[in-house]
Amino acid sequence: MNKAITANKLTKKFGNFIATNAITFDVDKGEVFGFLGANGAGKTTAIKMLTGLSRPTSGEATVAGLDIYRHAEQIKQQIGYMSQKFSLYEDMTVSENIEFYGGIYGLKRSEIRERGGKSLDQLSMTNVRNHKVNSLPLGWKQKLAFAVATLHKPGIVFLDEPTGGVDPITRRQFWEMIYQAAEEGITVFVTTHYMDEAEYCNRISIMVEGLMVACDSPAALKSLHNASSIEEVFIKIARNKE
Amino acid sequence: MLTVSNISKSYGEVRALNGINFEVDRGELFGLIGPDGAGKTSLFRIIATLLLPDSGDVSFDGHDVITDYEFVRKNVGYMPGRFSLYQDLSVKENLEFFATIFNTTVQENKHLIEDIFKQLEPFQNRRAGDLSGGMKQKLALSCALIHKPTMLLLDEPTTGVDAISRKEFWGMLQRLKKEGITIVVSTPYMDESKLCDRVALIQDGAIMDLDTPSGIVNRFDKTVYKVTGNNQYQLLSKIRTMDGVQNAYPFGSSLHVYGSPELNLSGRLDEHFPDADIQVEIIPADIEDTFMNLMTRDHE
Repeated sequence: MNKAITANKLTKKFGNFIATNAITFDVDKGEVFGFLGANGAGKTTAIKMLTGLSRPTSGEATVAGLDIYRHAEQIKQQIGYMSQKFSLYEDMTVSENIEFYGGIYGLKRSEIRERGGKSLDQLSMTNVRNHKVNSLPLGWKQKLAFAVATLHKPGIVFLDEPTGGVDPITRRQFWEMIYQAAEEGITVFVTTHYMDEAEYCNRISIMVEGLMVACDSPAALKSLHNASSIEEVFIKIARNKE
Repeated sequence: MLTVSNISKSYGEVRALNGINFEVDRGELFGLIGPDGAGKTSLFRIIATLLLPDSGDVSFDGHDVITDYEFVRKNVGYMPGRFSLYQDLSVKENLEFFATIFNTTVQENKHLIEDIFKQLEPFQNRRAGDLSGGMKQKLALSCALIHKPTMLLLDEPTTGVDAISRKEFWGMLQRLKKEGITIVVSTPYMDESKLCDRVALIQDGAIMDLDTPSGIVNRFDKTVYKVTGNNQYQLLSKIRTMDGVQNAYPFGSSLHVYGSPELNLSGRLDEHFPDADIQVEIIPADIEDTFMNLMTRDHE
């Protein structure tokens, strides 16, 4: 079993509206997989199905080898999840957030202390451990949120627009954390609106109006569409569909 | 048209703005480029008469924004960063509401929003809360324009918006500029600075540099090497340890390395990685190169 995620004709309808339309793809273990698409293309719906938060209308999928219909609860223990909007409790301190999430994922006190301490050290945030999260700059919050989402050493981490609005240096530090996680064998599933970041992924997929219209390595997509950047590929693909 | 002099603002111990100075000419498209938390929103709120600065002055068209706030409100259109329209009013109702507040009608200034309005028309009766991200943004811009302001303040109109809608939005701004409207727009997307007449790079409440986009990058005093190779991460780790390299960052499918013109990066990399296919090319700096180097300079 070398696939972290498999999806076969995965579909979600809301009434007559098909948010995710029979998408088929897979993600290898240890891969950094970019999940791109315009606003409203169906990315969030797909992520919700893969993380066990929303039940598909039809189709199949497995995450960490587990079936998303039958094992939704087990899947939640095997993955990490971080969104741009909500991932940390703003009025708890840095340490409290780490303890809280470590507890939710069933880590022992000693594990939380050890891994949490190591993360804070790596992030150079030990000196702000007793500060409330809402007093931290956005870039720090996002890096901390990533550390918290991977504290329980999940097989797969889902990152939903983790770098929106973050300054350019922190944005790159964040990607270095992603690479490190990938080197440790964690599969990374990430969405972004920064097209340069798409280039850092092993493979990317592009969704347009519920359909997955492309899925390949950035280099292969650029050569297929005769484009010099992923931004160009993205605009060509999404414009053609309109 | 707009003069901002020595504006400072603190929230408790946090210094949001620290002695900001700049001027915007009539008809100019002026960009405030910086990440979240740089102070852009506080600055917009002060200019829009919604927040009092601790010190400093702002004058708009010769009118002080504090003593003459009524003039400013009548002549400035402000689009806040967060979607600020009435979610449970329809598209049409939102437009009429904003027109009525400013003692005008949608019909009277329709020519200004004609382009945008055409795209919104099929959704006239839809509730604002049910619109897609791109459409919400178009409606918000229309509402900010409905009283025919002479200056528009747009706070991060393209944040979280996909690459295509961003492109369309900047197209609209270029058309409004042709109508003679002065525009001050903020964005965390460095590449959008190219579309402005002049930009201020803002970080931690201070302006790091201010000029035309080409003026800013021309001042960049280091050589930028674009390095392309197979294992980027390995390459980056090695390059960072090399003498004479000031900084190195991933840039999409390649790396950008900053140093002196005598770095001989290509020769040294061939020595370290004799079997790898590594290309090194000297390229002109872009705004993001400049921004990151100004950030590290200011932190040192």
